[in-house]
Amino acid sequence: MQTQTTATAIDTKAKRKYSGMPRSRRIMQNLTFWIPVVIFALLITCAIFAHFIAPYPFDKMDMVNRWAPPGTPGHLLGTDTLGRDILSRVIYGAQTSLAVSLLVVAITAGFGTALGILSGYLGGNVDSVIMRITDIALSFPGMLMAILLAVSLGPGFMTVVFALSILGWAGYTRLVRGEALRIRNSDFVAQARVAGASSWRIMLVHIFPNIVNPLIVIMTMAVGMMILAESGMSYLGIGIPPPRPSWGNMVSDGRAYLSPPQSAWWISVFPGICIGLVVMSGNFLGDWVRDKMDPRLRQL
Amino acid sequence: MSNIVLQVEDLHTSFFTRMGEVKAVDGVSFFVRESETFGIVGESGCGKSVTGLSIMRLLPEPGGRVTGGKVILEGKNILELNKKMMRAYRGKMVSMILQDPMQSLNPVYQIGDQIAESVRLHQDLPENMVEPEVISALRLLRIPAPESRINEYPFQLSGGMRQRVVGAIAMSCRPRLLIADEPTTALDATIQAQYIALFEDIQAKTNVAIIFITHDFAVISRICDRVGVMYAGKIVETAPTREIFKAPRHPYTSALIQSVPRLDRKDERLFSIEGQPPSMMHLPAGCRFSPRCTVSMDICKEQEPPEIKLTEDHSVSCWRVK
Repeated sequence: MQTQTTATAIDTKAKRKYSGMPRSRRIMQNLTFWIPVVIFALLITCAIFAHFIAPYPFDKMDMVNRWAPPGTPGHLLGTDTLGRDILSRVIYGAQTSLAVSLLVVAITAGFGTALGILSGYLGGNVDSVIMRITDIALSFPGMLMAILLAVSLGPGFMTVVFALSILGWAGYTRLVRGEALRIRNSDFVAQARVAGASSWRIMLVHIFPNIVNPLIVIMTMAVGMMILAESGMSYLGIGIPPPRPSWGNMVSDGRAYLSPPQSAWWISVFPGICIGLVVMSGNFLGDWVRDKMDPRLRQL
Repeated sequence: MSNIVLQVEDLHTSFFTRMGEVKAVDGVSFFVRESETFGIVGESGCGKSVTGLSIMRLLPEPGGRVTGGKVILEGKNILELNKKMMRAYRGKMVSMILQDPMQSLNPVYQIGDQIAESVRLHQDLPENMVEPEVISALRLLRIPAPESRINEYPFQLSGGMRQRVVGAIAMSCRPRLLIADEPTTALDATIQAQYIALFEDIQAKTNVAIIFITHDFAVISRICDRVGVMYAGKIVETAPTREIFKAPRHPYTSALIQSVPRLDRKDERLFSIEGQPPSMMHLPAGCRFSPRCTVSMDICKEQEPPEIKLTEDHSVSCWRVK
């Protein structure tokens, strides 16, 4: 693709957007972008403004209306064993679940990427040491680690974040190291060295931007995965301690009352749907980002 | 004669591998004058690229190391500089153009930013002076419409254009010495000719000394003032380009020149040198070329020939030359 001036570049870009691709495919591509974005926007709004949106505080009990089914006046999604409003708890639960997952993804991606670039670029003994530690982190059973930490530190928000972060960086390190290794040997890195750039500069300015694409794809998908992991921990009782709701501990709470006599399926199902939506949105968004980032796919 | 920019004296570079030491460059000496182009020609693996990298001090690590000799650039032995000083030297005093233009540019940056990197690293310019400097570097390489080119990405440029941008990066700080490691191999013949003309033009404008590494005698004859012929880690003959084609003195040089296909002769078969270049780990005793040489004598297999100076600019290492 050769463009003469900026003006024609914009011109051809606009044309391609509106005539190049079959209509059906364009709509599909846009949907895989807009659906997750709308879902995320909704949930993040809920999380931030939970205090104003939720009809009740998350721990407000209404003992008259225990196990109220969805649709009960005043309790749109029903209530749980203690008569707490499910809708309110789901909204407050978004706070904890999203905060945990975003924080964990930020920590693990940051730490893992830094180690991966160092490992791939410096090579030698540094690489060997970092990669052996990575191997250990990858092979260590995550749940065991989480349980050990919960027992020694006591359950809580920071314990969950710590437990998920302490092993989670290893995947990023593996990915980034491979990319850094490939890019380190490319001619433009040699050219940068010829121009007198320092190692730090090469890692930061030349290698990192070339790794961003796969990194973003993995990160978007990891947001969903981390919510799932937090749910798993809460389900086992080593996650966010009650009464503060997280989607995971809500699913766990409802487990005992799924079958008759109560048959209170709504306690578990609504937070479960939220978990599903976030994971799905993360995956859709990851796919979309990957398609957009690949210049070869973008041209089609 | 104009002054000498680079003097390489008895340069030794080795790679230390698991199998042992490989002497890739084994006692190479040459010099390059201001606004002169010195060609290094030889077969693959004879050590020409390693010579270039040794001068840049950018040998692949771990393993590669300069084990002896001097590289004197503008009166200073750069092998004695520490890492930080060497970085300041690279790009500013000595620069290099690598082989493949398709790979030499970072795909995520606009070309203006990539040239500016070198300018910012070495010239203490106020920010509003960087862009004019970048544009003048592009002009030097005769890139049309540089003002709009600086905003383009490498994938928007053709191969020849990319190679010029790489040249602009190398020349952006007006270095005294430019090492070009087979810069034309990845280009087609027409672009090659243009590119070589460009080198001559740059040299006329900036007086830069150029080391031109290639295996292509046609390119040598077009651009080089003097040539060093390398074989198995040593320069076997150095001479002005004209003399090397008219009267090569080393048997290897003449064999190489005879192996170039020619349009004005109707040979039935193309001349080829018998045998293989020696393994750099098991070099033959005596002259390295002796096992393949058609005129070798007994002494050739026992003792290394000394360097004989025929004229000021013509020297050769061969027992046959008296």
